[in-house]
Amino acid sequence: MSTEQYNEGLVTHHPAFIDGHSVDIPTLKILQQDGTVYEGAELPDIDQALAERIYKTLVFHRVLDERMIAAQRQGRVSFYMAALGEEAASVGSAAGLADQDMIMAQYREQGALMYRGFTLDQFMNQLFSNEQDLGKGRQMPIHYGSNELNYMTISSPLGTQIPQAAGYAYGQKMQGKDAVTICYFGEGAASEGDFHAGLNMAAVHQAPVIFFCRNNGYAISTPAEEQFAGNGIASRGVGYGIKTLRIDGNDILAVLKATQEARKYCIEEGKPVVIEAMSYRLGAHSTSDDPTGYRTKEEEEKWQAHDPILRMKQWMLNQSWWTEEQDSEIFEQLREDVLAALKVAEKIDKPALEDLVSDVYDQVPEMLEQQLNELKAHIKKYPDAYPVTSGRIK
Amino acid sequence: MAQMNLLQAINNALDIAMAEDDSTLCFGEDVGYFGGVFRATSGLQEKYGKARCFNTPLVEQGILGFANGLAAQGSRPIAEIQFADYIFPAFDQIVNESAKFRYRSGNEFDVGRLTIRTPYGGGIHGGLYHSQSPEAYFAHTPGLKIVVPRNPYQAKGLLLAAIRDDNPVLFFEPKRLYRAAVGEVPEEDYQLPLGKAEIVKQGSDVTLLAWGAQMEIIEKAADMAEADGISCEVIDLRSILPWDVETIANSVRKTGRFVISQEAPLTAGFASEIAATIQQECFLHLESPIARVCGLDTPYPLALEKEYQADHLKVYEAIKRSMDY
Ligand SMILES: Cc1ncc(C[n+]2csc(CCOP(=O)(O)OP(=O)(O)O)c2C)c(N)n1
Repeated sequence: MSTEQYNEGLVTHHPAFIDGHSVDIPTLKILQQDGTVYEGAELPDIDQALAERIYKTLVFHRVLDERMIAAQRQGRVSFYMAALGEEAASVGSAAGLADQDMIMAQYREQGALMYRGFTLDQFMNQLFSNEQDLGKGRQMPIHYGSNELNYMTISSPLGTQIPQAAGYAYGQKMQGKDAVTICYFGEGAASEGDFHAGLNMAAVHQAPVIFFCRNNGYAISTPAEEQFAGNGIASRGVGYGIKTLRIDGNDILAVLKATQEARKYCIEEGKPVVIEAMSYRLGAHSTSDDPTGYRTKEEEEKWQAHDPILRMKQWMLNQSWWTEEQDSEIFEQLREDVLAALKVAEKIDKPALEDLVSDVYDQVPEMLEQQLNELKAHIKKYPDAYPVTSGRIK
Repeated sequence: MAQMNLLQAINNALDIAMAEDDSTLCFGEDVGYFGGVFRATSGLQEKYGKARCFNTPLVEQGILGFANGLAAQGSRPIAEIQFADYIFPAFDQIVNESAKFRYRSGNEFDVGRLTIRTPYGGGIHGGLYHSQSPEAYFAHTPGLKIVVPRNPYQAKGLLLAAIRDDNPVLFFEPKRLYRAAVGEVPEEDYQLPLGKAEIVKQGSDVTLLAWGAQMEIIEKAADMAEADGISCEVIDLRSILPWDVETIANSVRKTGRFVISQEAPLTAGFASEIAATIQQECFLHLESPIARVCGLDTPYPLALEKEYQADHLKVYEAIKRSMDY
């Protein structure tokens, strides 16, 4: 398109600058906190079975997070990151996808992986970096990944998955696959250069990717107003020429509806979409962080009242799809299950010494073979100093 | 003198630098009110205001590009990169811009007032993205200075020298020692020279060299070797670029044996550069091959961190091999 084709729109003869906030961005809301639906709201595709699956995933998420934060405090696991209060964003969006769609997440989207069916034991094995962890105990806790479930293994450097998602989606389209890619990131990570590169690549090359921003108000201690000055992340989607939608991220029906529509558009038009889910990080950034140092209890309490899980539960009760008895039963059962799985996983051996040098390349090169052999000889000499591996050297 | 840990020493140096020069600014991710995720900048925003100590958006290339601009203008930016593992998005700004500003402009412009602080290194259960020691990537770049302190006293004196130096300086802070290393630190202003190694302990049989957190490891190995009757000369390199060839070469000429240890992987680490130079300088004095004790040539692992590390036992074994050669 040459510059002549720009729509001139309104013509002005005075310099009338526009700013981000003068462009209104509507927010999609469907479900109210009391479990009733806004009048005239358009519902997503959902039946009782889907609603139950979503709700059970939300509860699993809540229970695992609470239990693992406690386990970290007891020194049983080294680190953890919860998504308290924003579970609906990842679970609801995953529910709007098809199994063959690729998920490329940041780290606070365990909910999407739970929805896909990653088992409790698989979560635990990663968290305890034992020999059954699919990632072979190489990464910190919460860096999950599963090829089988189309969930790309998490990488810590922020934003790097964003341009990758554009490339992945472009490949899916080129190969005629009935699949899209969803790419999650926080509003903090959206400041990275990779965000801008990724959106621009996807827009220009028409990649069917759903860029899903969890705008939870904070990047560690940095509040959103110190992160960007414009109208959130949604305004940037528009700036890059990408169809964009802002939603209430704590409203499971809005998240589901938005993702279902976004997927349909990506497949039919072969183009990207930006979704900005407005939410709040209720807990600490991670177990290494203490939010009392940078925000008030009152602020947190305000958001506690927007609990997405309670909101969905109310709706389920109103629909007569769920009962209070079922609710307490499932919470209790999950708490027991999580504790039992934790006890098993923490006793499983660490990965074998060989896993130190495998997967650096497709095959272990000679120089690494040699380094491994020297290491084995060294450990045999000082077995007490390396108790995790010394007894198991082959 | 006061007792300070490494973080307090750094905070104290930043405080002195900000007090003496209004154009000194500290910024980076979470650096402002919160004082940084490790708290190196705590209290500075309260004292010097939001305009001089602030949070940046989460964009390392932006932080360094912004810092380059400030330094070119004549301000004195001290930019923090939250973890050295996340310095790579800013690689272009550092390697192509900070390092070459003066050279490419015929000294019309420079960013000599720039200091980049970043925590590096392993041993904290951080896995591959919170444990890297990337000094060698930058050491390949003419125009930068690279400094690594080993304790609170060094950290304060070297950081003040780095801030006042008229070249862009990368200051790698051993995060494993942030709270673990406590020592006497003068409250007043002082500087330690950049580009100078420090002989920490005199010895006659073998020279041991490291920098930063790895110093603790070679000192422990030296103690074990001394118990066997081996006399070790222990040297802290302190500055990676430019580095003190003379002090190291003199020591190796005296002892005839040389063991270098670094946290980073073996291949193309800075130990390799040192080994090549010292071999050239001291060839006829060497009684055994120069030994490098390093991390494996793999990313930094999580579960098998202990096995991966160039720990004191591996250094001790290298000393004995060098003696028995
Ligand atoms: C390139 C890079 N820089 C810095 C970090 C350190 N870091 C980890 S998480 C984080 C904050 C991310 O905030 P946001 O994207 O808003 O996501 P949230 O944690 O709020 O879900 C930072 C600064 C990192 N992982 N990668």
